[in-house]
Amino acid sequence: MPDYSTTRERLDLGFVFFDLQADLTPLFNWNVKQLFLYLTAEYQTDKNQLNQVVLWDKIIQRGESAVLDYKSMSSKYYFWDDGNGLRGNKNITLMLSWNIIPNSGMLPLLSADGSHRFEFPVNYTNGRI
Amino acid sequence: MNLDFLDDVKRMNKRQLVYQVLNFGMIVLSALMIWKGLMVVTGSESPIVVVLSGSMEPAFHRGDLLFLTNYNQDPIRVGEIVVFKVDGRDIPIVHRVLKLHERDDGSVKFLTKGDNNAVDDRGLYAPGQLWLEKKDVVGRARGFVPYVGIVTILMNDYPKFKYAVLACLGIFVLIHRE
Repeated sequence: MPDYSTTRERLDLGFVFFDLQADLTPLFNWNVKQLFLYLTAEYQTDKNQLNQVVLWDKIIQRGESAVLDYKSMSSKYYFWDDGNGLRGNKNITLMLSWNIIPNSGMLPLLSADGSHRFEFPVNYTNGRI
Repeated sequence: MNLDFLDDVKRMNKRQLVYQVLNFGMIVLSALMIWKGLMVVTGSESPIVVVLSGSMEPAFHRGDLLFLTNYNQDPIRVGEIVVFKVDGRDIPIVHRVLKLHERDDGSVKFLTKGDNNAVDDRGLYAPGQLWLEKKDVVGRARGFVPYVGIVTILMNDYPKFKYAVLACLGIFVLIHRE
């Protein structure tokens, strides 16, 4: 599909729907102001050795519920590839990570254990599979 | 008439004045050296920056102070908070990496977005520029302290305040006997 926000080349656009359950309450302590959560799709293509695209993110402030239960959530950001590397790509890994924003101090970036791997179909499609 | 005594006092004051000025000069130069040392240790041309806009709220607000590092061995990864400068503009921008594409040879191009902004930063880059590269990055935020940078913003927005602070400092240094 032509990507009108960059150079109008035909680039691959991926559509991903995901379920997400998580309980992040143990991460909060007196020095944690908020958590910035993000879901990354990481994959390799012929053109680029490493691609990382954030599909979805969320801010959880201290005091809000840190238990997540999403079903069939669509991505918040467009999953554009820098080229045509999504079609038939056998290994797209989804990872959940978060950035702890303290009241003051260090800003660590951490990831959840485990990740989910999936494949993109070999043909382009116009509708939902 | 005791005018000789007054001459003595005048001479003493002049010497003490020069001494105080030299002391002041030493403090300023030491501060500069510490700043340059920080630049070397962190690898960043600007290891401490003040957040200027509200585009990263509620994480960072205007006036927060950020500590940056810029090590080449640390690859840039999605989700990191980077401070970058657009070609031709002096203002550093503090946003988060949203998309990243890296090649075999190590060259990276990435896209950023402020947490509090609805759209990514393409509109902020130079005309025709679609991605940021390593060279645009001033550093990565590793730690922060809230509110402390408000003084810098105040001094920029209200130059009279800056002169008042400098004048007070000058008077204090000259009067203070050590």
